[in-house]
Amino acid sequence: MLVNRKLILAHFWLAFAVFGIALTLGAWQMFIRSPIGTWLSNPELYYRSLTAHGTVMGYVFPTLVAMGFGYAISESALEQRLVGVRWAWAGFWLIVAGSIMAVIPIALGRASVLYTFYPPLIGNVFYYLGVVLVVVGSWIWVALMSINLRVWRKAHPGAPVPLAMFANVAGSYLWAWTAVGAALELLLQIIPVAAGLKTTIDAGLARVFFSWTLHAIVYFWLMPTYIAYYTIVPRAIGGRVYSDTMARISFILFLVVAMPIGMHHTFADPQVGAGFKFIHSAFTALVTLPTLLTVFTICASVEIAARLRGGRGLFGWIRALPWDNPMMLALAFSFVMLGFGGAGGLINMSYQLDASIHNTQWITGHFHLIFGGAIVIMYFAIAYDLWPHLTGRELIDLRLIRTQLWLWFVGMMITTFPWHWVGILGMPRRMAYFDFGDPGIAPQALSVTLSAIGGFILLASGILFLVILARGMRAPQTDAGPYRFALAVHQPATVPVALNTHALWVGLMIALTLTNYGYPILTLALNEGTSVPAVYVGAQ
Amino acid sequence: MSTEESHHDGAEVAARVERRWATISVIIIVAMALLAAFAGIHRATMPQPRVETTDPSRLHLSGEFVESNLGSVLETNGNVTVRAIGQQYSFTPACILVPADTPITLRATSADVVHGILIQGTNVNTMLVPGYISEQPMRFARTGDYLMPCQEFCSFGHEGMWGKVKVIDKTEFADRAKGGGRLSCVGQ
Repeated sequence: MLVNRKLILAHFWLAFAVFGIALTLGAWQMFIRSPIGTWLSNPELYYRSLTAHGTVMGYVFPTLVAMGFGYAISESALEQRLVGVRWAWAGFWLIVAGSIMAVIPIALGRASVLYTFYPPLIGNVFYYLGVVLVVVGSWIWVALMSINLRVWRKAHPGAPVPLAMFANVAGSYLWAWTAVGAALELLLQIIPVAAGLKTTIDAGLARVFFSWTLHAIVYFWLMPTYIAYYTIVPRAIGGRVYSDTMARISFILFLVVAMPIGMHHTFADPQVGAGFKFIHSAFTALVTLPTLLTVFTICASVEIAARLRGGRGLFGWIRALPWDNPMMLALAFSFVMLGFGGAGGLINMSYQLDASIHNTQWITGHFHLIFGGAIVIMYFAIAYDLWPHLTGRELIDLRLIRTQLWLWFVGMMITTFPWHWVGILGMPRRMAYFDFGDPGIAPQALSVTLSAIGGFILLASGILFLVILARGMRAPQTDAGPYRFALAVHQPATVPVALNTHALWVGLMIALTLTNYGYPILTLALNEGTSVPAVYVGAQ
Repeated sequence: MSTEESHHDGAEVAARVERRWATISVIIIVAMALLAAFAGIHRATMPQPRVETTDPSRLHLSGEFVESNLGSVLETNGNVTVRAIGQQYSFTPACILVPADTPITLRATSADVVHGILIQGTNVNTMLVPGYISEQPMRFARTGDYLMPCQEFCSFGHEGMWGKVKVIDKTEFADRAKGGGRLSCVGQ
């Protein structure tokens, strides 16, 4: 029952439009710093582009997808009109306003601080205020998801919350809490300095605050993808969810353990001691558990679909899968990229191995493979699956859709594998150009060139994606019927309270964050004399 | 499912398989954490354990990181200590001179924004955060030149911030160290 289609379409269109812009910037960056580009006479342009690319891809694009998808889930899974539509539009327009406010100083070169902020570098105050508006807009969505679920519960006392909505609300709580770290950094530290009220800032404390956001934000990006794995893929390929219970446990685990692990981003930092570095490393190992459970459950769900289609044998069933179905293809690509990206992630969070690749191109390769690859390819699949229900028109050209998915997968492989490799060779991140004439850097030239070619393949795929969606707006009309989610093999009649509500787990999430972050933040905040003079960007 | 009973069996099989997988997953995770703890305790390699602070606006006036104290020094126990600072957009010393086959302690900090030190071809890799002192143990098996880029974005000139490490023979280094003072590639 999708009533507020305009609202959902607005979120998706804005998400994919800004995605298209940021993707173009990304491809340009790959090109300009590769041996096939010529050196920029003004390297500052590169950092403007990089700031815009990161800000859009990190804060605006996935947030809008999660919001639009969340509204769609709320209306269709709960079969209930969205409560608070006006507020939802207010949230949307806040994000529009915030994005415009942030992008102007970036374009003027007044906020080239990258989306990770990096104080004591300080940019124009409107950049930070724009980011704050985007986050505030998304918090309205968090509140609406919670309210809508509450309204539904009142009408259906004791009934199991549909899995898609249970996961969606878990994702929204995760986002609300993980955004608090960056919000504290912005409101308490950066914005007072950017506004001229203060001139010094504690860079070490800021890095710890940001690590609070930096890791769990990835799991927020991941949520729509995991929701699609569990609740869309099995339905789209004619299977069933292997286990509804395991699905709920996975989402709960994400909610609880995605948060208190961010300090594995600060292993190489001097302002955090060994104890908390180790604790965060161990907790990061724990966060692999929900992914391992998910891989198992989804493979089992897919196998059910294959066997229902007549697949036989230990592995022979794989051939019986509907490979011409874009959803099947997207899932397979997503899993391959999740596998490689996840393995790389284990190295990043390792107490020992991280030193070999910290802040090298390996890291950039890693999160492009996980986020740009495994996650975003499912965003595409979600859009393709929802589009006919939102527009009332059919996406006819499945072959074009398959081509787009193939291009994205191949492009991402060609981009990120050489990227990992040059990282192992020690190539640093975020540089506008490299002197490939230096004998120490020359061996990396071929890999960087390959990555740039991959970047252009990704750009082609991204354009194709937008073309397919735009054509879908003018295709022949169709009645796609109600939007449905996958059923479990054993659809639960009742669910234990712990697996049907979030309160306990949100409490645990907050408690674990306080134990894992409270002491380091408190000692850093109380430490006198570590505030350093701000360095204003674009002031000269 | 033909009968209620086989349906029930199926559910049990599913639950059992799932439990097994979950157990295997947990064992893998615990083993990983234990390995990391073991290697950390044995100091095979681990991140910087201690937190030390310094005032970046007074670095050039007094204390460990005044200009005359930057560079490599041979300690009485035969080990070497290297002191360096990063600032927009260079390292001081720009070329660090160290001996091969010697335990070396790198102590470094930043004079302005966040920088990083990465020595290519090694796992020497640390952040320089203004206000804090970074310390890294290192040891080079081979002589030669290593590139040492800044690995953290430090504003518009970041791409030009490349230092070098020159590793020379142990006895040659000892000879040069006889004159006292702090060594770097200057005069090499």
